[in-house]
Amino acid sequence: MKILVCISHVPDTTTKISFTADNKSIATSGIQYIINPYDEIALTRALELTEKSGGTVTVINVGDASTDATLRKALAIGATDAVRVDANPANASFVAAQIADYASKNSFDLILTGRESIDYNGSQVAAMVGELLNIPSVSIVKSLEVADKNVTLEREIEGGKEIVSCPTPLVASATEGMAEPRIPNMRGIMSARTKPLQVMAAVATETYQQLVGYDKPEPRTQVKLIDASNVKALVDALHTEAKVI
Amino acid sequence: MNVLVYIETAEGKLKKSATEVLSYGKAIAKNSGGMLTALAIGDLAADEQSKAGRYGADKVLHVTNDKLKQFINQAFASVVAEAAKQSNTSVVVISNTFNGKAMAPRVAVKLKAGMVDGAVGLPDLNNGFKVRTSAFSGKAFADIELTSAIKVITVSPNSFKAEENQAAGTIEAFSPSVADSDFTAMVKEIVKASDKISLPEAEIVVSAGRGLKGPENWGMIEELATLLGAATACSKPVSDAHWRPHSEHVGQTGLAISPNLYIAIGISGAIQHLAGVSSSKTIVVINKDPEAPFFKAADYGIVGDAFEVIPKLIEEVKKFKAANG
Repeated sequence: MKILVCISHVPDTTTKISFTADNKSIATSGIQYIINPYDEIALTRALELTEKSGGTVTVINVGDASTDATLRKALAIGATDAVRVDANPANASFVAAQIADYASKNSFDLILTGRESIDYNGSQVAAMVGELLNIPSVSIVKSLEVADKNVTLEREIEGGKEIVSCPTPLVASATEGMAEPRIPNMRGIMSARTKPLQVMAAVATETYQQLVGYDKPEPRTQVKLIDASNVKALVDALHTEAKVI
Repeated sequence: MNVLVYIETAEGKLKKSATEVLSYGKAIAKNSGGMLTALAIGDLAADEQSKAGRYGADKVLHVTNDKLKQFINQAFASVVAEAAKQSNTSVVVISNTFNGKAMAPRVAVKLKAGMVDGAVGLPDLNNGFKVRTSAFSGKAFADIELTSAIKVITVSPNSFKAEENQAAGTIEAFSPSVADSDFTAMVKEIVKASDKISLPEAEIVVSAGRGLKGPENWGMIEELATLLGAATACSKPVSDAHWRPHSEHVGQTGLAISPNLYIAIGISGAIQHLAGVSSSKTIVVINKDPEAPFFKAADYGIVGDAFEVIPKLIEEVKKFKAANG
């Protein structure tokens, strides 16, 4: 099975976000970057599948040279090879167009992404890639099993789950439960150095949007502490003051 | 600008998120002098059809086609795109639910549309078309200008208040062309977890963390949630330890929610957890550690042991419900 896993390079989850003076990008100094946690789940599942029944796992990222370290980490975890489309990942439709272009020339059986990236929180890329390639996409998948050329997926829905069956090729976006992420071992880290990392130029796309700027939410006002012996006061405040019950 | 909203239904009824996107779409149509068309796919009871008009739809396109009985994002996206073209739509609004997330990006590609997902407010129509969405898991907002002729917006459940706004609501049958190639994926089975309130749509959420000490202590959390008509949630360590299912995990790598009331019990408030819940309107924190960082992000706090405070809170809520119906 030939699998493509899309990797986002995102600030570590503990990062306190601040912005550059024009509010158009995040201030990157001191930020640790990681593989988007959901993408790591997708990568791990891809490796489990190919370890069981053979195949390759290619990882792809759209970004500048600073994301190479993140791709090397994916190689250290076990990916076969890596591709970086050398461009600013300005928005989901741009990124999806790059991935779809690469995938259309390399016929993958399965394309995996994370359910969303934890930086811009878009959950658009998987379904956009599916639409661009005119193949099915299944979103927010917590279990993915392959038998022959048929894939059975459990996707999350409000108040339950849905079991979907789909022949390859398809795109799926991973969420918790699909696999437990792995920590790369020393052998993996050593071998990652010599695995192929191909850098490609971006294809031209139409631009449908632009970022105006970022803004921070207003901080909350001071917490009102209520004595543990007077729980009634909390219920009263929620009713008369906050008006939420 | 003409607006098309896709309204989700369940068992013949409009979902709450459907009334929210109707209200959202109506506000855009009204502010820009356009028409609001609602698109419903599948069973819709007669009184629910008029409800769409009550929440602002000038017209309701109703699709009844046995092939569309179950949700297949590829097929539903084709229907929405076709309806958008037919009704000369400039803005397509879809709820940012699980199904909405699965279909909206496909609609955007079909319509060559710019897309903003998880919008937290109405678009700013002065000087362009700018939409605010949350970014960095609630740590910031991003303002995005859509420059395409057609725009697609998904609106997070519970972030825009549904408001009645009577319009004609003329029902029109809509028969889209449905291609077999859109049905490659098939729904085998739908498994309902329980009849509990769905977490992303819940107005009140009762959430607990490691402070509860073990899964056997969730009885009081469930009881409090039931009394308040709330959904239950948990922190990451709790779902990692399999005390609760992953689907209840809220936070940066779990679900981001924005209920009216979020009650956090025995959760210290790590930055990753706060990211997923910080857009809740009111936050109550109950924790025995007065230094817990969550108190800084809360509106109301009680410093105390959950095992003492929660039973008391249950009693007080019972009294309150008895007095207030």
